[in-house]
Amino acid sequence: MSEVDHGRRKFLWESAALAGIALAPGITLYDLAHGRRPEAAASGKVRWGLLVDMNRCQPACDACVRACDTENGLSGGKTVTDSQWIRKIDLTDPRGSVRSLPMMCQHCADPPCVDVCPTGASFKRADGIVLVDRHICIGCRYCMMACPYGARSFVFEPVANQKPEVPRGKGCVESCTLCVHRIDRDRIPACVEACAATGHAALLFGDLNDPQSEISKRIAAVATTQVRADLRLDTAVRYQGL
Amino acid sequence: MLAEASRSSSRRFWALLAVGVLVVVAGLAAAHLMEERGHIVTGMNNRIVWALPHVFALFMVIAASGVLNVANIHSVFGQGAYKSCAPLSGLLCIALVAGGVAVETLDLGRPERVLATMTHHNFTSVFAWNVFLYPGLIVIVAAYLATIMDRRHGARSGAVGVASFVWRIALTTGTGSVFAFLVARQAYGTAVLVPLLLAMSFAWGLALFLVAQSAFCRWNGVALPAEVRRRMRNLLALFVLVVLFLVLIYHLTNGYFAKQIAFERFILRDGGVYPQLFWWGYVGAGSLVPLFLLWGPRGAAARDGLAAPLLVIVGAFALLYVFIVGGQAFPLELFPGYRTASSFGDGVIQAYVPSLPELALGLSGVGIAFLIALVGVRLFDFLPHDEAAAPQGAGAD
Repeated sequence: MSEVDHGRRKFLWESAALAGIALAPGITLYDLAHGRRPEAAASGKVRWGLLVDMNRCQPACDACVRACDTENGLSGGKTVTDSQWIRKIDLTDPRGSVRSLPMMCQHCADPPCVDVCPTGASFKRADGIVLVDRHICIGCRYCMMACPYGARSFVFEPVANQKPEVPRGKGCVESCTLCVHRIDRDRIPACVEACAATGHAALLFGDLNDPQSEISKRIAAVATTQVRADLRLDTAVRYQGL
Repeated sequence: MLAEASRSSSRRFWALLAVGVLVVVAGLAAAHLMEERGHIVTGMNNRIVWALPHVFALFMVIAASGVLNVANIHSVFGQGAYKSCAPLSGLLCIALVAGGVAVETLDLGRPERVLATMTHHNFTSVFAWNVFLYPGLIVIVAAYLATIMDRRHGARSGAVGVASFVWRIALTTGTGSVFAFLVARQAYGTAVLVPLLLAMSFAWGLALFLVAQSAFCRWNGVALPAEVRRRMRNLLALFVLVVLFLVLIYHLTNGYFAKQIAFERFILRDGGVYPQLFWWGYVGAGSLVPLFLLWGPRGAAARDGLAAPLLVIVGAFALLYVFIVGGQAFPLELFPGYRTASSFGDGVIQAYVPSLPELALGLSGVGIAFLIALVGVRLFDFLPHDEAAAPQGAGAD
C-alpha cells in the first residue's frame, strides 16, 4: 500500500470545486437561454419584451413592417382590410413636430383580448407572448373590439403562400406573435433584426424579468412609457422618448 | 262560407311561408358567399368589425328578452289580463332568439367552428356565458309554454315563469355586458349599458309583440280585448320614455368628461350619418312621435294603430346602428394630445357602407324568426282568445 498523497487529493478536490463554481452560472444561463426542449412548455421565468427608442426610429423607415410581412407571409397590402401586424404611426404634436413609432400587439400582462375570447383561442404564453390558437378561433372579432391598440387583424380573404411556421387562415383573427417561432429557436424577432440592419437600432428585444438583460437595464436607466398606461395592462412593449 | 275562409287562410299561410323561405334562402346564400370569399364581400374592415348583421342580431336578441315580458307580467306579476297573450309572447321569444343567434353564428369568420364554443370555454368572457344563456332561454321558455298550454302541468307555470323572467334578465345583462366590458372604446365600457339594454328590451320587445300580435290576429280572425290593448300601449309609452331617459344619461355623462367630448361631438353633431340617424331616426321618429301617438291628444285610431310600435322598431334599428357602427367608426385614442396617422386607420373616422350580403344575412334572421312564429301559430294554439282574455287583474300596469 502506497502512502496517501494528501496534497494531490486536495488539489483534485479544489480543482473540481473551482470548475463547478466556474461552470455553474454558465450552465444556468445556458439553461435559461437554450435549455427549452422543443416539446417543453414556455417558461414563466422569462417575460419577453420590446423597447422602442423613438429618438432612433425614423419616420420614413418601414424596415420593421416589411420584415414582419416577409417573415410571417403577410401580403404586404396596406388597406384597412389587410392584415397589418405592425404599422408605423406618425404622431404630430400640437406644435407640428412629427415623429414616428411602430405599433403592434403590446403583449399585455393582463390582455383584454384574452379576457373576452369565448373559446380561449386568444391566450398568453407563460413567457408573456399573447397568441391566437388558429384551431379554435371562431372569428367572432370580440378580441378586436376589446384591444385598446387596434393591434389585431381579421383575415378577410383566402390566404396564399403561407409560411409553414406561421399558420394563418381566412376568417380568423391574428396579430404580432413577437416572432414566437424565432424566439423558440433563440433568434430575435424579424422586426428587431431588420431595424438593426438599417443601423437605426430603434428596437431592443429581451427578457423583462432578467434585471441583467440589456432591455431591463435600459428601462431602469431611462424614462419609458407604456401606451395607454391608464388602463394598467402592463404592456411588454415600452417606448422611450414618447 | 267557413270553407272559403279556411281556404283563404291556407293560401295566405303558404304565401307567407314562401316569402319567409325566400328571405332565409337569400341570407344563407349571402352567408355561403362570405364563407367562400371571406368577409371582404362585406363593408366591414379591421376597424369596424361588427356592423349591419350585428345590428339585426342584437335587435333580435334584445327584443327576444323583452317580448317575453308580456308573459312575465302574467306569470310573475299576477296580471291576469295578460294570460291570453303569454303563449304568443313565449313563441316570439324563441323565434327571435333563434333568428338572432343564427345571424351571429353565420357572421362568424369560421361558422363551422361554432361547436368550439361548446367544447372550449373561457368564463372570463361574457360571450362564453351567452353561449349558455341563449339556448337556455329557448329551453326554459319551451318548458314555460308547455306548462301554460297543457293544463296537466299548469301548477308549475308560476315557478317556470319566474325562472324564465330571471333568465331573460340575466341574458340581457349578459348582452349589455358584452359592450360594458370593453375598456378602451369611447362608446362602450360603461355600466349604464346594462340597464339601458334592459330598458330597450322592454320597449322593443313590446313593440314587436304588438306588431306581431296584430298581424297574426288579423290573419287568423281573432281580436284582443280593448282593455289589454290599452294597457300595452301605456306600457310601451312608458318603456320608450325610460330608454330615452337612459340614453340621455349616457350622453350627459359622456359629455361631462373632457376625454369623451370629441366622441360626443362626433356621434351627436359632426359624424354625418350617425347624428342624422340618432336625432331623426331614434329620437324623433323612434321616440317622440310614438310618444305623441300613444299619449298625445289624438283619437283612439292613432293610439290603436301600428304606427307607434313600428316607429319604435325603426328607432331601435337607428339607435343600434349608431351605437354599434358609430361607436367603432370613431378612432381609438392611443396618444391623447397628438394627431395620429397610419396605414391602418389610426386617427381617422372610419367609413363603412353596408353591403348587400350583410343586409341579406341580417334579414334572414328576421326571416327565421318569422317562419318559426308563422308555423308555430299555424300548428299550435298560440293566439289569444277573447274569452280567455277577459281582464282579471285589476291592478295598474
